[in-house]
Amino acid sequence: MTDSKYFTTTKKGEIFELKAELNSDKKEKKKEAVKKVIASMTVGKDVSALFPDVVNCMQTDNLELKKLVYLYLMNYAKSQPDMAIMAVNTFVKDCEDPNPLIRALAVRTMGCIRVDKITEYLCEPLRKCLKDEDPYVRKTAAVCVAKLHDINAQLVEDQGFLDTLKDLISDSNPMVVANAVAALSEIAESHPSSNLLDLNPQSINKLLTALNECTEWGQIFILDCLANYTPKDDREAQSICERVTPRLSHANSAVVLSAVKVLMKFMEMLSKDLDYYGTLLKKLAPPLVTLLSAEPELQYVALRNINLIVQKRPEILKHEMKVFFVKYNDPIYVKLEKLDIMIRLASQANIAQVLAELKEYATEVDVDFVRKAVRAIGRCAIKVEQSAERCVSTLLDLIQTKVNYVVQEAIVVIKDIFRKYPNKYESVIATLCENLDSLDEPEARAAMIWIVGEYAERIDNADELLESFLEGFHDESTQVQLQLLTAIVKLFLKKPTETQELVQQVLSLATQDSDNPDLRDRGYIYWRLLSTDPVAAKEVVLAEKPLISEETDLIEPTLLDELICYIGTLASVYHKPPSAFVEGGRGVVHKSLPPRTASSESTESPETAPAGAPSGEQPDVIPTQGDLLGDLLNLDLGPPVGGPPLATSSVQMGAVDLLGGGLDSLMGDEPEGIGGPNFVAPPAAAVPPNLGTSMGSGLSDLFDLTSGVGTLSGSYVAPKAVWLPAMKAKGLEISGTFTRQVGSISMDLQLTNKALQVMTDFAIQFNRNSFGLAPAAPLQVHAPLSPNQTVEISLPLNTVGSVMKMEPLNNLQVAVKNNIDVFYFSTLYPLHILFVEDGKMDRQMFLATWKDIPNENEAQFQIRDCPLNAEAVSSRLQSSNIFTVAKRNVEGQDMLYQSLKLTNGIWVLAELRIQPGNPSFTDLELSLKCRAPEVSQHVYQAYETILKN
Amino acid sequence: MYTKFKLFSPQKMIHSLFLINCSGDIFLEKHWKSVVSQSVCDYFFEAQEKAADVENVPPVISTPHHYLISIYRDKLFFVSVIQTEVPPLFVIEFLHRVADTFQDYFGECSEAAIKDNVVIVYELLEEMLDNGFPLATESNILKELIKPPTILRSVVNSITGSSNVGDTLPTGQLSNIPWRRAGVKYTNNEAYFDVVEEIDAIIDKSGSTVFAEIQGVIDACIKLSGMPDLSLSFMNPRLLDDVSFHPCIRFKRWESERVLSFIPPDGNFRLISYRVSSQNLVAIPVYVKHSISFKENSSCGRFDITIGPKQNMGKTIEGITVTVHMPKVVLNMNLTPTQGSYTFDPVTKVLTWDVGKITPQKLPSLKGLVNLQSGAPKPEENPSLNIQFKIQQLAISGLKVNRLDMYGEKYKPFKGVKYVTKAGKFQVRT
Repeated sequence: MTDSKYFTTTKKGEIFELKAELNSDKKEKKKEAVKKVIASMTVGKDVSALFPDVVNCMQTDNLELKKLVYLYLMNYAKSQPDMAIMAVNTFVKDCEDPNPLIRALAVRTMGCIRVDKITEYLCEPLRKCLKDEDPYVRKTAAVCVAKLHDINAQLVEDQGFLDTLKDLISDSNPMVVANAVAALSEIAESHPSSNLLDLNPQSINKLLTALNECTEWGQIFILDCLANYTPKDDREAQSICERVTPRLSHANSAVVLSAVKVLMKFMEMLSKDLDYYGTLLKKLAPPLVTLLSAEPELQYVALRNINLIVQKRPEILKHEMKVFFVKYNDPIYVKLEKLDIMIRLASQANIAQVLAELKEYATEVDVDFVRKAVRAIGRCAIKVEQSAERCVSTLLDLIQTKVNYVVQEAIVVIKDIFRKYPNKYESVIATLCENLDSLDEPEARAAMIWIVGEYAERIDNADELLESFLEGFHDESTQVQLQLLTAIVKLFLKKPTETQELVQQVLSLATQDSDNPDLRDRGYIYWRLLSTDPVAAKEVVLAEKPLISEETDLIEPTLLDELICYIGTLASVYHKPPSAFVEGGRGVVHKSLPPRTASSESTESPETAPAGAPSGEQPDVIPTQGDLLGDLLNLDLGPPVGGPPLATSSVQMGAVDLLGGGLDSLMGDEPEGIGGPNFVAPPAAAVPPNLGTSMGSGLSDLFDLTSGVGTLSGSYVAPKAVWLPAMKAKGLEISGTFTRQVGSISMDLQLTNKALQVMTDFAIQFNRNSFGLAPAAPLQVHAPLSPNQTVEISLPLNTVGSVMKMEPLNNLQVAVKNNIDVFYFSTLYPLHILFVEDGKMDRQMFLATWKDIPNENEAQFQIRDCPLNAEAVSSRLQSSNIFTVAKRNVEGQDMLYQSLKLTNGIWVLAELRIQPGNPSFTDLELSLKCRAPEVSQHVYQAYETILKN
Repeated sequence: MYTKFKLFSPQKMIHSLFLINCSGDIFLEKHWKSVVSQSVCDYFFEAQEKAADVENVPPVISTPHHYLISIYRDKLFFVSVIQTEVPPLFVIEFLHRVADTFQDYFGECSEAAIKDNVVIVYELLEEMLDNGFPLATESNILKELIKPPTILRSVVNSITGSSNVGDTLPTGQLSNIPWRRAGVKYTNNEAYFDVVEEIDAIIDKSGSTVFAEIQGVIDACIKLSGMPDLSLSFMNPRLLDDVSFHPCIRFKRWESERVLSFIPPDGNFRLISYRVSSQNLVAIPVYVKHSISFKENSSCGRFDITIGPKQNMGKTIEGITVTVHMPKVVLNMNLTPTQGSYTFDPVTKVLTWDVGKITPQKLPSLKGLVNLQSGAPKPEENPSLNIQFKIQQLAISGLKVNRLDMYGEKYKPFKGVKYVTKAGKFQVRT
């Protein structure tokens, strides 16, 4: 006799029949009827109509029947709140039952009934159960507090349940401790500001003790809770790590990964010289590898996390390459992840093996996988120079297969290889050209066109090849169109005699027949360049391109650090911070790795020790999402940001006119000041041409959106100063300061009413200023400002306002209006609010630019008695978007080479010589070079403010 | 200062669970909080369709308001609905535990078994998870709370009207050894250990090993009365450097003395699992000679494989099966085995050759012709061979149990250790 019989009654009067059975006198019949009801529920049938009848069965001695009724209640109480009240008495009575099983069951079920009226009755029984003599009841009650909090947080707080819950952390039973921690974490998660889980060395010790004794699930809760703790010094971190490491051998993979999270996080605090650091590194590898022999779903999550771990600490798994080799019957989602990690681990030592594997994969059946494998070969070539030759020949072999998608992928990656190793592998171009006709994907077409344009002088029939693409110009994707435009211009500059017609044709296609503003703008720029000064055009379009960086698609370091704190969570699977995707955006706190501190030192203030590693060590990152930008800067137009100077100013002015930017009023006397970035930016950011000045910020916005840069950084904020005293403004006092956070500038204002009348109708306006600062939103003062009242307002600013050169440069004239009058004042803003997040220049570019800027533009300044050492200087400046490009030690003096970029695209390069003065203070010598030398003075002031505060 | 919750209240872990069979029917749903409409599964079906193959459905799927985390077990999908940030491994481990429990209770984890026992299933799910916190997942405890169905019990229950729900608190639930119930009694006290090692390997065309490692487990079947305290020691414990333990094992003892010391759960359980990866310790017991070729512009190809023993430590290799996923263009295969039998499924293109034992005197081989779809280009890819085998009385890593001691009880138990080596994911590329 099986339960499937319950599914057989699908006749019309089913509900009616069940009703009769539920009201039967016979216990057995009742029970059978409830079972039938439950069975209907399991397949999603609506049996809520039976609510009163089922509730009637609740008062019974039969535990099974009671449980079944409870199951039903939990499902339907919400839809029948009035009826559910009927059940309350039974619950309350059951909470007093001598059998702990029944007490626990009652309190547990009651908590699951999400009906306000019932909740009120729950408080008393819950209070008793939290202090029950039986730990089973206590641990169930602990969870119930979390449930109740979810329904009515205020009630839980008023009733003092939170304190009782905190007391349970010291319970003698580890299971109770684990559940209390779980409940508190859940409650704390919905109130990030509340200080519920007040972790201190004592409570940590209790948790660590309970960790050894509670169930696997409890261990996960405790470990996740531990991960939120910041030990006070490296010794405490080490001792916690020592007690957590045994969890790495647990059979439950979730326990293992939570332990890995704690260790990865606390390791950050340990000095690398410590023996224990090395021991820990060695201990981390085996459990991670073991996760890969689990079920495929577990493998997938593990691989996503390992992907983060190998980026953060590649040394952990560097000898474990082989476990990531793909088996042909792995699910595709596992295959793709393994491949990704293989490339991250590829090095000179193992490249031969990796390549052999990749070649094997490239002949598999699954198209996505094959594509990725081909791409991986290209990435290996770029990453490991010694292997480049072998990679190229492997790619050529693959092209010979003539499998369409293989050929296309191969061409895309070969283009990157050309960019990395110029003048080395061009001999293969002929082979590539043979496959021109088979390319049907935009990316592959664009890559091929780039190759033809770039090496036009070596390809005899380059013009024919490009012309063939031109026929269907309007059907091509934008990517291909842009590339074709650039390629033909390149061709023209290389072989002007034969290709005049072609270039005319493409320019008119781009400028006259296209609706795409990017394409049109680029067309006009070329046209103007070519018509005004072909020599300059040559230098722009055919300029030497910077090499592409070794590692593509690395996760941006600050995001990586944040994600390390989220190992094992959904965030780690999606490689996005939880704030990016959690429903409802409940105030998610950004987590950051603890700073490395020695036990003797006091903790540094967060400002001086940002979460990221020192900038000098970070690899250059081209965010994948930023492809559009990367393409434009690196591939299409010759000189990227801050590239080689342009020969003549007339061309420059031409370009500027075209863009119609208001920059010239600021830079009118410094034509060279308008370097590459403005020139390149409009197509990238796709802003209307008359917004020339906004381009810089447009670019940085792009970065911010795509890679989440700078979530942890915030520039230095000066204390508020009085800008408009009350006596000058009929009783309105305004003080304020400027801040820059996560790429957005704001003006933080404090308005005080010192008059005797109420003030309303506030509005604000800025006069034109040097950098186009303007309010991004109207001034919002919600209520009228009564006498003696003060409001704090943060006014977001942007830099798309009109531009006029001011004296001094950072002068801002502001008009504030209220119901009384209009008032004017002016203030000076610190220049560092204009330093954008993507102001880090590539090393080579830095060198080139430094040389190119004439020496007379160099300005020297002294900063005396700076209380920081080189390391701290660098990190503090970085949090205000001054980036250290390189660092050198010359005769005991630290030299920092730094770059920064203003919102309007002006680059400033700095050389900072740090002279160790007396032990606690250093003297700094600052040399600034910029194409617009008048900003130097203000940049120096920004330096001084940032470093001395 | 606290505000009431908005649209979606936070819910740790699993909000709802749907069980779905291979034909896409949702045959069971369980909601731990509010009811989530079945329509949420449409996102899952969409992903399933995209994946083509059931095994390729990604385990984490995001939908506008929920995340779906699923596992695929025994031709069933366990799809859980998640609303907030949770550790996905937690959920996946839990889902596997649910499937294990069904297996344990009903003998199989199938749609039929679940439908036959739907009420028990419901009671189990309720007992295993409370508000997203796992409550009781140890089979020992669950069985005390909810009795597994037996033919005898359902007969008795229907006669006496007693229930299959325990009405006392399980004894192990709160002790420091939650995995063991108190008051266990056996007339024959026995302790058996199975050392099972699986070789995962990738062998390349030329026969050299690209990758090989051993995944080992020690499964125990312990039927001992009272509270026995066991110590299991090995001849060569140094082999075990990457080990996962059952919670019952005292980690400190292992760290200091390399002895497994534990109070065992009652019945069957996995004591440890381990991995031996260092290449020179992993012997490869078989080799395959193969020649698979397709002729250009003709509709046939040749297929020839031979299997032989290698590093088999003098033991017989048995239970050999070779499975090959042939390329799509293969229509049929016409082969002759010297031993065993073969089948070729023209729909899935899977060739299975059931070889049996290897006798070194006469190596088993399978030869013949492959018929290809005429006119189709010759396949680019070469099929990989998947090999299954078994070697009794051998742990290929060389791991050997030294002795088992029992403390805490007076009686003399009967003890036994069995070794077996199998092929895990053993692939030969051609």
